[in-house]
Amino acid sequence: MLEITNLVKRYGHNEPVLKGLDLEVDGSSVVSIVGASGAGKSTLLRCINRLVEPTSGSIKLNGHQLVNLRGSELRHSRRRIGMVFQGFNLIDRLTVMENVLSGRLGYVSLFQALTRRFPQSDIDRAFHLMERVGIAHYANNRADQLSGGERQRVAVVRALMQEPEILLADEPTASLDPKTSQQIMSLLQTLASEMSLPVLINIHNVTQARMYTDRIVGMRHGQMIFDGSPKDFNQDALDAIYGGIESPDEDAAEAGAQTQEATV
Amino acid sequence: MTTSRTATDMTSGRVWKKPPFIANPWLRYGLIAVTLTYLYWAFSTLPFDWARISEGLPRAAKIFGGAFPPSFERAGLLWTGFKESFQIAFLATLLGVFLSIPIAVMAAKNVAPKPVYLLGRAIIIISRSFHPVIVAILFVAAVGFGPMAGILTLTLYSIGFVAKLLAEEIEEIDWGQVEAMRSVGAGYLKMLIYGVFPQIMPRQIGLSMYQLDSNLRASAVVGIVGAGGIGGTLMNAFGRYDYDFAFAILLMIIGIILVSEGISGWVRKKVW
Repeated sequence: MLEITNLVKRYGHNEPVLKGLDLEVDGSSVVSIVGASGAGKSTLLRCINRLVEPTSGSIKLNGHQLVNLRGSELRHSRRRIGMVFQGFNLIDRLTVMENVLSGRLGYVSLFQALTRRFPQSDIDRAFHLMERVGIAHYANNRADQLSGGERQRVAVVRALMQEPEILLADEPTASLDPKTSQQIMSLLQTLASEMSLPVLINIHNVTQARMYTDRIVGMRHGQMIFDGSPKDFNQDALDAIYGGIESPDEDAAEAGAQTQEATV
Repeated sequence: MTTSRTATDMTSGRVWKKPPFIANPWLRYGLIAVTLTYLYWAFSTLPFDWARISEGLPRAAKIFGGAFPPSFERAGLLWTGFKESFQIAFLATLLGVFLSIPIAVMAAKNVAPKPVYLLGRAIIIISRSFHPVIVAILFVAAVGFGPMAGILTLTLYSIGFVAKLLAEEIEEIDWGQVEAMRSVGAGYLKMLIYGVFPQIMPRQIGLSMYQLDSNLRASAVVGIVGAGGIGGTLMNAFGRYDYDFAFAILLMIIGIILVSEGISGWVRKKVW
Protein backbone atom coordinates (compact mmCIF):
# COMPACT_ATOMS: atom_id res chain seq x y z
CA MET A 1 0.00 0.00 0.00
CA LEU A 2 1.41 3.32 -1.09
CA GLU A 3 0.09 6.49 0.49
CA ILE A 4 1.17 9.85 -0.81
CA THR A 5 -0.16 12.92 0.99
CA ASN A 6 0.27 16.57 0.10
CA LEU A 7 3.44 15.96 -1.92
CA VAL A 8 5.17 19.12 -3.09
CA LYS A 9 8.27 19.30 -5.27
CA ARG A 10 9.79 22.58 -6.29
CA TYR A 11 13.04 22.89 -8.24
CA GLY A 12 14.88 25.97 -6.98
CA HIS A 13 12.54 28.95 -6.76
CA ASN A 14 10.45 27.99 -9.76
CA GLU A 15 6.76 27.19 -9.81
CA PRO A 16 6.33 23.83 -8.02
CA VAL A 17 6.22 20.79 -10.29
CA LEU A 18 4.02 18.91 -7.85
CA LYS A 19 1.45 20.96 -5.97
CA GLY A 20 0.18 19.07 -2.96
CA LEU A 21 -0.51 15.73 -4.59
CA ASP A 22 -2.46 12.96 -2.86
CA LEU A 23 -2.49 9.41 -4.14
CA GLU A 24 -3.24 6.02 -2.68
CA VAL A 25 -2.39 2.76 -4.36
CA ASP A 26 -3.31 -0.48 -2.68
CA GLY A 27 -2.99 -4.19 -3.22
CA SER A 28 -1.95 -5.40 -6.64
CA SER A 29 -3.53 -2.70 -8.75
CA VAL A 30 -1.90 -1.51 -11.95
CA VAL A 31 -2.22 2.25 -12.07
CA SER A 32 -1.33 4.33 -15.08
CA ILE A 33 -0.47 7.98 -14.74
CA VAL A 34 -1.21 10.03 -17.82
CA GLY A 35 -0.53 13.68 -18.53
CA ALA A 36 1.24 15.98 -20.93
CA SER A 37 5.01 16.39 -20.80
CA GLY A 38 5.94 18.54 -17.84
CA ALA A 39 2.84 17.60 -15.85
CA GLY A 40 5.05 16.12 -13.13
CA LYS A 41 4.53 12.40 -13.77
CA SER A 42 8.21 11.55 -13.81
CA THR A 43 8.94 13.72 -10.79
CA LEU A 44 6.18 11.93 -8.91
CA LEU A 45 7.68 8.49 -9.54
CA ARG A 46 11.17 9.70 -8.76
CA CYS A 47 10.04 11.18 -5.47
CA ILE A 48 8.82 7.75 -4.41
CA ASN A 49 12.25 6.10 -4.65
CA ARG A 50 13.93 9.41 -3.84
CA LEU A 51 15.92 9.81 -7.03
CA VAL A 52 14.34 13.24 -6.63
CA GLU A 53 14.09 14.85 -3.18
CA PRO A 54 10.52 15.89 -2.38
CA THR A 55 10.22 19.43 -1.02
CA SER A 56 7.49 18.52 1.46
CA GLY A 57 4.74 16.02 2.06
CA SER A 58 4.62 12.39 3.02
CA ILE A 59 5.14 9.15 1.12
CA LYS A 60 4.43 5.93 2.97
CA LEU A 61 5.06 2.45 1.60
CA ASN A 62 3.35 -0.24 3.68
CA GLY A 63 3.44 2.08 6.65
CA HIS A 64 7.11 3.12 6.28
CA GLN A 65 7.75 6.80 5.80
CA LEU A 66 10.09 7.28 2.80
CA VAL A 67 10.62 11.04 2.97
CA ASN A 68 13.64 12.17 5.01
CA LEU A 69 15.35 8.77 5.05
CA ARG A 70 19.15 8.95 4.82
CA GLY A 71 22.10 6.65 4.17
CA SER A 72 21.55 2.96 4.72
CA GLU A 73 17.89 3.44 5.70
CA LEU A 74 17.26 5.05 2.34
CA ARG A 75 19.11 2.26 0.49
CA HIS A 76 17.16 -0.38 2.39
CA SER A 77 13.86 1.13 1.43
CA ARG A 78 14.99 1.57 -2.18
CA ARG A 79 15.57 -2.18 -2.34
CA ARG A 80 11.84 -2.60 -1.89
CA ILE A 81 10.96 -0.27 -4.78
CA GLY A 82 11.63 -1.56 -8.27
CA MET A 83 11.96 0.88 -11.13
CA VAL A 84 11.83 0.49 -14.89
CA PHE A 85 13.01 3.38 -17.06
CA GLN A 86 12.16 4.70 -20.50
CA GLY A 87 15.74 4.24 -21.73
CA PHE A 88 16.06 0.81 -20.04
CA ASN A 89 19.19 2.05 -18.20
CA LEU A 90 20.94 -1.29 -18.42
CA ILE A 91 24.67 -1.53 -17.87
CA ASP A 92 25.41 -1.90 -21.57
CA ARG A 93 28.85 -3.45 -21.29
CA LEU A 94 27.91 -6.10 -18.75
CA THR A 95 26.16 -9.37 -19.50
CA VAL A 96 22.42 -9.82 -19.20
CA MET A 97 22.98 -11.99 -16.13
CA GLU A 98 25.11 -9.35 -14.43
CA ASN A 99 22.42 -6.79 -15.18
CA VAL A 100 19.75 -9.02 -13.70
CA LEU A 101 21.84 -9.80 -10.63
CA SER A 102 22.54 -6.10 -10.14
CA GLY A 103 18.97 -5.97 -8.84
CA ARG A 104 20.38 -7.68 -5.74
CA LEU A 105 23.07 -5.07 -5.12
CA GLY A 106 21.20 -3.74 -2.12
CA TYR A 107 21.34 -7.15 -0.47
CA VAL A 108 24.84 -8.49 -1.17
CA SER A 109 28.20 -7.43 0.25
CA LEU A 110 30.63 -5.22 -1.63
CA PHE A 111 32.99 -8.18 -2.13
CA GLN A 112 30.18 -10.32 -3.58
CA ALA A 113 29.20 -7.48 -5.88
CA LEU A 114 32.77 -6.92 -7.04
CA THR A 115 33.55 -10.58 -7.71
CA ARG A 116 30.04 -11.43 -8.99
CA ARG A 117 29.72 -14.19 -6.39
CA PHE A 118 26.00 -13.82 -5.80
CA PRO A 119 24.23 -16.30 -3.51
CA GLN A 120 22.85 -19.42 -5.19
CA SER A 121 19.29 -18.37 -4.30
CA ASP A 122 19.78 -15.14 -6.28
CA ILE A 123 21.07 -17.03 -9.30
CA ASP A 124 18.15 -19.45 -9.14
CA ARG A 125 15.71 -16.56 -8.89
CA ALA A 126 17.44 -14.82 -11.80
CA PHE A 127 17.13 -17.85 -14.08
CA HIS A 128 13.56 -18.43 -13.00
CA LEU A 129 12.53 -14.84 -13.78
CA MET A 130 14.49 -14.72 -17.04
CA GLU A 131 12.75 -17.90 -18.17
CA ARG A 132 9.44 -16.38 -17.16
CA VAL A 133 9.95 -13.43 -19.54
CA GLY A 134 11.80 -15.46 -22.19
CA ILE A 135 15.33 -14.06 -22.05
CA ALA A 136 17.17 -16.88 -20.23
CA HIS A 137 19.11 -17.89 -23.36
CA TYR A 138 20.70 -14.44 -23.42
CA ALA A 139 22.23 -14.80 -19.94
CA ASN A 140 25.81 -14.46 -21.16
CA ASN A 141 25.19 -11.96 -23.95
CA ARG A 142 26.17 -8.38 -23.52
CA ALA A 143 23.14 -6.25 -22.70
CA ASP A 144 23.68 -3.92 -25.67
CA GLN A 145 23.34 -6.81 -28.12
CA LEU A 146 19.64 -7.22 -27.32
CA SER A 147 16.72 -5.54 -29.06
CA GLY A 148 14.68 -2.84 -27.34
CA GLY A 149 11.92 -5.13 -26.15
CA GLU A 150 14.37 -7.70 -24.85
CA ARG A 151 16.32 -5.02 -23.01
CA GLN A 152 13.20 -3.74 -21.33
CA ARG A 153 12.48 -7.31 -20.23
CA VAL A 154 15.96 -7.45 -18.68
CA ALA A 155 15.17 -4.20 -16.90
CA VAL A 156 11.88 -5.59 -15.62
CA VAL A 157 13.61 -8.74 -14.36
CA ARG A 158 16.28 -6.60 -12.67
CA ALA A 159 13.56 -4.69 -10.85
CA LEU A 160 11.79 -7.92 -9.86
CA MET A 161 15.08 -9.34 -8.52
CA GLN A 162 14.80 -6.73 -5.78
CA GLU A 163 11.73 -8.56 -4.44
CA PRO A 164 9.97 -5.22 -4.62
CA GLU A 165 6.84 -4.23 -2.76
CA ILE A 166 5.96 -1.84 -5.57
CA LEU A 167 7.07 -1.41 -9.15
CA LEU A 168 7.50 2.02 -10.75
CA ALA A 169 7.65 2.26 -14.52
CA ASP A 170 8.63 5.61 -16.02
CA GLU A 171 7.33 5.52 -19.59
CA PRO A 172 8.52 1.93 -20.05
CA THR A 173 7.25 1.68 -23.62
CA ALA A 174 8.06 5.11 -25.02
CA SER A 175 11.26 3.90 -26.74
CA LEU A 176 9.65 0.79 -28.20
CA ASP A 177 7.71 0.07 -31.36
CA PRO A 178 3.91 -0.32 -30.98
CA LYS A 179 3.84 -4.10 -30.98
CA THR A 180 6.72 -4.52 -28.53
CA SER A 181 5.29 -1.86 -26.29
CA GLN A 182 2.02 -3.79 -26.10
CA GLN A 183 3.94 -6.91 -25.16
CA ILE A 184 5.75 -5.07 -22.37
CA MET A 185 2.51 -3.56 -21.08
CA SER A 186 0.78 -6.92 -20.99
CA LEU A 187 3.86 -8.43 -19.33
CA LEU A 188 3.71 -5.79 -16.60
CA GLN A 189 0.01 -6.44 -16.19
CA THR A 190 0.34 -10.21 -15.81
CA LEU A 191 3.42 -10.00 -13.59
CA ALA A 192 1.57 -7.60 -11.32
CA SER A 193 -1.27 -10.04 -10.82
CA GLU A 194 1.01 -13.10 -10.56
CA MET A 195 3.13 -11.52 -7.85
CA SER A 196 0.34 -9.37 -6.42
CA LEU A 197 2.54 -6.36 -6.92
CA PRO A 198 1.23 -2.83 -7.23
CA VAL A 199 2.56 -1.15 -10.39
CA LEU A 200 2.65 2.57 -11.20
CA ILE A 201 3.13 3.28 -14.89
CA ASN A 202 3.74 6.68 -16.43
CA ILE A 203 2.46 6.47 -19.92
CA HIS A 204 1.69 8.69 -22.90
CA ASN A 205 -0.31 6.13 -24.81
CA VAL A 206 -3.86 6.55 -23.55
CA THR A 207 -5.15 3.56 -25.51
CA GLN A 208 -2.66 1.27 -23.80
CA ALA A 209 -3.41 2.84 -20.44
CA ARG A 210 -7.09 1.99 -20.95
CA MET A 211 -6.31 -1.53 -22.13
CA TYR A 212 -3.74 -2.73 -19.63
CA THR A 213 -4.38 -0.93 -16.38
CA ASP A 214 -7.06 -1.05 -13.69
CA ARG A 215 -6.99 2.61 -12.82
CA ILE A 216 -6.01 5.82 -14.55
CA VAL A 217 -4.67 8.88 -12.81
CA GLY A 218 -4.60 12.04 -14.88
CA MET A 219 -2.18 14.82 -14.02
CA ARG A 220 -1.93 18.38 -15.16
CA HIS A 221 0.37 21.13 -13.90
CA GLY A 222 1.43 19.07 -10.88
CA GLN A 223 -2.08 18.28 -9.76
CA MET A 224 -4.26 15.22 -10.02
CA ILE A 225 -7.33 16.05 -12.08
CA PHE A 226 -8.66 12.60 -12.85
CA ASP A 227 -8.72 9.38 -10.88
CA GLY A 228 -10.91 6.54 -11.96
CA SER A 229 -11.31 3.32 -13.83
CA PRO A 230 -10.54 3.15 -17.56
CA LYS A 231 -14.24 3.03 -18.47
CA ASP A 232 -14.79 6.41 -16.81
CA PHE A 233 -11.89 7.90 -18.69
CA ASN A 234 -13.88 9.64 -21.41
CA GLN A 235 -13.29 12.42 -23.89
CA ASP A 236 -13.95 15.09 -21.23
CA ALA A 237 -11.23 13.67 -19.03
CA LEU A 238 -8.88 13.51 -21.99
CA ASP A 239 -9.59 17.14 -22.87
CA ALA A 240 -9.09 18.19 -19.26
CA ILE A 241 -5.67 16.52 -19.21
CA TYR A 242 -4.33 17.35 -22.65
CA GLY A 243 -6.71 20.03 -23.93
CA GLY A 244 -5.61 23.58 -24.60
CA ILE A 245 -1.99 22.56 -24.65
CA GLU A 246 -0.63 23.42 -28.04
CA SER A 247 2.88 22.84 -29.02
CA PRO A 248 4.63 26.19 -29.46
CA ASP A 249 6.34 24.94 -32.63
CA GLU A 250 3.06 24.51 -34.43
CA ASP A 251 1.89 27.96 -33.38
CA ALA A 252 5.05 29.53 -34.68
CA ALA A 253 4.86 27.59 -37.94
CA GLU A 254 1.27 28.68 -38.49
CA ALA A 255 2.09 32.30 -37.72
CA GLY A 256 5.02 32.10 -40.11
CA ALA A 257 2.85 30.67 -42.86
CA GLN A 258 0.34 33.48 -42.41
CA THR A 259 3.02 36.16 -42.70
CA GLN A 260 4.29 34.51 -45.85
CA GLU A 261 0.86 34.65 -47.37
CA ALA A 262 0.49 38.27 -46.32
CA THR A 263 3.70 39.29 -48.07
CA VAL A 264 2.65 37.57 -51.29
CA MET B 1 2.43 28.11 -51.17
CA THR B 2 5.84 26.71 -51.94
CA THR B 3 5.99 28.21 -55.41
CA SER B 4 5.04 31.68 -54.19
CA ARG B 5 7.82 31.54 -51.55
CA THR B 6 10.46 30.66 -54.16
CA ALA B 7 9.25 33.51 -56.31
CA THR B 8 9.74 36.06 -53.51
CA ASP B 9 13.27 34.83 -52.79
CA MET B 10 14.28 34.92 -56.44
CA THR B 11 13.33 38.56 -56.86
CA SER B 12 14.92 39.95 -53.70
CA GLY B 13 18.42 38.57 -54.50
CA ARG B 14 19.62 38.56 -50.90
CA VAL B 15 23.32 38.07 -50.19
CA TRP B 16 24.73 35.99 -47.38
CA LYS B 17 28.15 35.96 -45.83
CA LYS B 18 29.42 33.82 -42.95
CA PRO B 19 29.34 36.00 -39.80
CA PRO B 20 32.90 36.87 -38.68
CA PHE B 21 34.45 34.83 -35.86
CA ILE B 22 34.88 37.97 -33.73
CA ALA B 23 31.83 40.17 -34.16
CA ASN B 24 33.30 43.49 -32.95
CA PRO B 25 35.28 44.99 -35.89
CA TRP B 26 37.52 47.08 -33.60
CA LEU B 27 38.50 43.99 -31.64
CA ARG B 28 38.90 41.94 -34.82
CA TYR B 29 41.23 44.31 -36.66
CA GLY B 30 42.92 45.34 -33.40
CA LEU B 31 43.92 41.73 -32.70
CA ILE B 32 45.31 41.31 -36.21
CA ALA B 33 47.32 44.54 -35.84
CA VAL B 34 48.70 43.50 -32.44
CA THR B 35 49.74 40.09 -33.77
CA LEU B 36 51.54 41.60 -36.76
CA THR B 37 53.33 44.20 -34.59
CA TYR B 38 54.44 41.52 -32.18
CA LEU B 39 55.80 39.29 -34.95
CA TYR B 40 57.73 42.22 -36.46
CA TRP B 41 59.15 43.16 -33.05
CA ALA B 42 60.09 39.55 -32.19
CA PHE B 43 61.90 38.92 -35.45
CA SER B 44 63.69 42.28 -35.45
CA THR B 45 65.05 41.94 -31.91
CA LEU B 46 65.97 38.22 -31.79
CA PRO B 47 69.71 37.77 -32.34
CA PHE B 48 69.89 35.59 -35.44
CA ASP B 49 73.63 35.22 -36.00
CA TRP B 50 73.75 34.00 -39.58
CA ALA B 51 77.50 33.55 -39.45
CA ARG B 52 77.28 31.14 -36.56
CA ILE B 53 74.42 29.26 -38.15
CA SER B 54 76.43 28.77 -41.34
CA GLU B 55 79.43 27.60 -39.31
CA GLY B 56 77.26 25.15 -37.40
CA LEU B 57 75.78 23.52 -40.46
CA PRO B 58 78.96 21.65 -41.49
CA ARG B 59 79.44 20.63 -37.86
CA ALA B 60 75.95 19.12 -37.84
CA ALA B 61 76.78 17.39 -41.10
CA LYS B 62 79.91 15.94 -39.50
CA ILE B 63 77.93 14.59 -36.54
CA PHE B 64 75.41 12.96 -38.83
CA GLY B 65 78.25 11.68 -40.97
CA GLY B 66 79.85 10.13 -37.88
CA ALA B 67 76.56 8.48 -37.04
CA PHE B 68 76.68 6.43 -40.24
CA PRO B 69 76.67 3.54 -40.20
CA PRO B 70 75.00 3.01 -36.78
CA SER B 71 77.02 0.72 -34.56
CA PHE B 72 75.38 -2.15 -32.74
CA GLU B 73 78.72 -3.37 -31.40
CA ARG B 74 77.91 -2.69 -27.77
CA ALA B 75 74.63 -4.59 -27.92
CA GLY B 76 75.00 -5.59 -24.26
CA LEU B 77 74.95 -1.96 -23.11
CA LEU B 78 72.05 -1.24 -25.45
CA TRP B 79 70.12 -4.18 -24.04
CA THR B 80 70.67 -3.27 -20.36
CA GLY B 81 69.63 0.30 -21.04
CA PHE B 82 66.44 -0.66 -22.83
CA LYS B 83 65.61 -3.31 -20.26
CA GLU B 84 65.79 -0.71 -17.52
CA SER B 85 63.70 1.73 -19.57
CA PHE B 86 61.06 -0.96 -20.10
CA GLN B 87 60.99 -1.77 -16.41
CA ILE B 88 60.61 1.89 -15.52
CA ALA B 89 57.87 2.42 -18.09
CA PHE B 90 55.88 -0.70 -17.15
CA LEU B 91 56.04 -0.16 -13.41
CA ALA B 92 55.25 3.53 -13.71
CA THR B 93 52.29 2.82 -16.02
CA LEU B 94 50.88 0.16 -13.69
CA LEU B 95 51.26 2.33 -10.61
CA GLY B 96 50.08 5.48 -12.36
CA VAL B 97 47.00 3.92 -13.94
CA PHE B 98 46.06 2.18 -10.72
CA LEU B 99 46.37 5.38 -8.68
CA SER B 100 44.66 7.47 -11.32
CA ILE B 101 41.33 5.62 -10.93
CA PRO B 102 40.50 6.88 -7.41
CA ILE B 103 41.86 10.30 -8.27
CA ALA B 104 39.72 10.43 -11.42
CA VAL B 105 36.63 9.57 -9.36
CA MET B 106 37.56 12.32 -6.91
CA ALA B 107 37.98 14.79 -9.75
CA ALA B 108 34.69 14.03 -11.53
CA LYS B 109 32.07 16.64 -10.70
CA ASN B 110 29.09 14.34 -11.09
CA VAL B 111 30.19 11.61 -8.66
CA ALA B 112 32.26 13.54 -6.10
CA PRO B 113 31.11 16.08 -3.51
CA LYS B 114 32.50 19.58 -3.98
CA PRO B 115 35.43 19.52 -1.48
CA VAL B 116 36.60 16.12 -2.74
CA TYR B 117 36.26 17.35 -6.31
CA LEU B 118 38.48 20.34 -5.58
CA LEU B 119 41.08 18.11 -3.91
CA GLY B 120 41.05 15.72 -6.86
CA ARG B 121 41.44 18.57 -9.34
CA ALA B 122 44.28 20.00 -7.25
CA ILE B 123 46.17 16.68 -7.33
CA ILE B 124 45.76 16.51 -11.09
CA ILE B 125 46.83 20.11 -11.64
CA ILE B 126 49.92 19.67 -9.47
CA SER B 127 51.00 16.45 -11.18
CA ARG B 128 50.46 18.04 -14.58
CA SER B 129 52.10 21.38 -13.94
CA PHE B 130 55.71 20.31 -14.54
CA HIS B 131 57.29 18.60 -17.47
CA PRO B 132 58.61 15.11 -16.60
CA VAL B 133 62.20 16.29 -17.04
CA ILE B 134 61.82 18.88 -14.29
CA VAL B 135 60.09 16.36 -12.03
CA ALA B 136 62.88 13.89 -12.78
CA ILE B 137 65.51 16.43 -11.71
CA LEU B 138 63.64 16.89 -8.41
CA PHE B 139 63.32 13.14 -7.82
CA VAL B 140 66.95 12.49 -8.73
CA ALA B 141 67.87 15.06 -6.10
CA ALA B 142 65.50 13.41 -3.61
CA VAL B 143 66.14 9.68 -4.11
CA GLY B 144 69.44 9.70 -5.99
CA PHE B 145 70.43 8.55 -9.47
CA GLY B 146 68.82 5.45 -10.93
CA PRO B 147 65.54 3.89 -12.00
CA MET B 148 63.71 4.70 -8.74
CA ALA B 149 63.67 8.37 -9.65
CA GLY B 150 62.46 7.47 -13.14
CA ILE B 151 59.61 5.33 -11.82
CA LEU B 152 58.42 8.05 -9.45
CA THR B 153 58.60 10.68 -12.16
CA LEU B 154 56.65 8.72 -14.71
CA THR B 155 54.09 7.56 -12.13
CA LEU B 156 53.31 11.18 -11.35
CA TYR B 157 53.23 11.99 -15.05
CA SER B 158 50.81 9.10 -15.70
CA ILE B 159 48.52 10.16 -12.86
CA GLY B 160 48.29 13.67 -14.22
CA PHE B 161 47.40 12.59 -17.70
CA VAL B 162 45.26 9.48 -17.16
CA ALA B 163 43.34 10.84 -14.17
CA LYS B 164 42.47 14.05 -16.00
CA LEU B 165 41.11 12.32 -19.10
CA LEU B 166 39.39 9.63 -17.05
CA ALA B 167 37.69 12.26 -14.87
CA GLU B 168 36.36 13.93 -18.00
CA GLU B 169 35.13 10.56 -19.22
CA ILE B 170 33.32 9.96 -15.92
CA GLU B 171 31.67 13.37 -16.24
CA GLU B 172 30.24 12.33 -19.58
CA ILE B 173 28.80 8.93 -18.69
CA ASP B 174 25.18 7.96 -19.27
CA TRP B 175 23.64 9.00 -15.95
CA GLY B 176 20.68 6.66 -16.42
CA GLN B 177 22.81 3.64 -15.55
CA VAL B 178 23.88 5.32 -12.33
CA GLU B 179 20.26 6.17 -11.52
CA ALA B 180 19.29 2.55 -12.11
CA MET B 181 21.94 1.39 -9.66
CA ARG B 182 20.81 3.94 -7.10
CA SER B 183 17.22 2.82 -7.55
CA VAL B 184 18.06 -0.80 -6.66
CA GLY B 185 19.56 0.42 -3.39
CA ALA B 186 23.26 0.13 -4.21
CA GLY B 187 25.66 2.18 -2.10
CA TYR B 188 28.32 4.50 -3.46
CA LEU B 189 31.03 1.92 -4.18
CA LYS B 190 28.63 -0.58 -5.74
CA MET B 191 27.25 2.24 -7.83
CA LEU B 192 30.78 2.99 -9.04
CA ILE B 193 31.56 -0.66 -9.77
CA TYR B 194 28.36 -1.30 -11.73
CA GLY B 195 27.16 2.07 -12.90
CA VAL B 196 30.39 3.92 -13.70
CA PHE B 197 33.39 1.66 -14.27
CA PRO B 198 31.91 -0.50 -17.06
CA GLN B 199 31.14 2.71 -18.96
CA ILE B 200 34.68 4.05 -18.74
CA MET B 201 36.47 0.71 -19.13
CA PRO B 202 37.31 0.91 -22.86
CA ARG B 203 38.60 4.42 -22.39
CA GLN B 204 40.61 3.27 -19.38
CA ILE B 205 42.27 0.48 -21.34
CA GLY B 206 42.95 2.76 -24.29
CA LEU B 207 44.47 5.38 -22.01
CA SER B 208 46.64 2.78 -20.24
CA MET B 209 48.00 1.57 -23.55
CA TYR B 210 48.63 5.10 -24.70
CA GLN B 211 50.29 5.92 -21.41
CA LEU B 212 52.59 2.89 -21.65
CA ASP B 213 53.55 4.12 -25.08
CA SER B 214 54.15 7.62 -23.81
CA ASN B 215 56.06 6.40 -20.73
CA LEU B 216 58.40 4.36 -22.96
CA ARG B 217 59.23 7.52 -24.85
CA ALA B 218 59.49 9.64 -21.71
CA SER B 219 61.65 7.06 -19.93
CA ALA B 220 64.30 7.68 -22.58
CA VAL B 221 64.15 11.41 -21.87
CA VAL B 222 64.21 11.28 -18.07
CA GLY B 223 67.25 9.00 -18.31
CA ILE B 224 69.19 11.99 -19.64
CA VAL B 225 68.92 13.76 -16.28
CA GLY B 226 70.00 10.63 -14.41
CA ALA B 227 66.73 8.85 -13.72
CA GLY B 228 67.90 5.54 -15.19
CA GLY B 229 67.21 3.75 -18.45
CA ILE B 230 68.34 4.17 -22.03
CA GLY B 231 68.43 7.97 -21.77
CA GLY B 232 71.57 7.78 -19.63
CA THR B 233 73.25 5.49 -22.14
CA LEU B 234 72.30 7.87 -24.94
CA MET B 235 73.69 10.84 -23.04
CA ASN B 236 76.99 9.04 -22.40
CA ALA B 237 77.26 8.08 -26.06
CA PHE B 238 76.87 11.72 -27.08
CA GLY B 239 79.32 12.83 -24.43
CA ARG B 240 82.00 10.49 -25.77
CA TYR B 241 81.31 11.45 -29.39
CA ASP B 242 80.14 7.87 -30.09
CA TYR B 243 77.68 9.17 -32.65
CA ASP B 244 77.35 5.80 -34.36
CA PHE B 245 76.29 4.17 -31.09
CA ALA B 246 73.98 7.09 -30.27
CA PHE B 247 72.38 6.70 -33.68
CA ALA B 248 71.87 2.99 -33.01
CA ILE B 249 70.09 3.89 -29.76
CA LEU B 250 67.87 6.41 -31.55
CA LEU B 251 66.97 3.85 -34.20
CA MET B 252 66.06 1.37 -31.47
CA ILE B 253 63.88 3.96 -29.73
CA ILE B 254 62.06 4.72 -32.98
CA GLY B 255 61.58 1.01 -33.66
CA ILE B 256 60.20 0.34 -30.19
CA ILE B 257 57.82 3.29 -30.34
CA LEU B 258 56.53 2.10 -33.71
CA VAL B 259 55.93 -1.40 -32.38
CA SER B 260 54.23 -0.19 -29.22
CA GLU B 261 52.04 2.22 -31.23
CA GLY B 262 50.97 -0.65 -33.41
CA ILE B 263 50.15 -2.85 -30.44
CA SER B 264 48.25 -0.17 -28.54
CA GLY B 265 46.27 0.78 -31.63
CA TRP B 266 45.31 -2.83 -32.16
CA VAL B 267 44.28 -3.31 -28.51
CA ARG B 268 42.22 -0.11 -28.50
CA LYS B 269 40.35 -1.26 -31.58
CA LYS B 270 39.66 -4.67 -30.06
CA VAL B 271 38.25 -3.28 -26.81
CA TRP B 272 34.86 -1.70 -27.11
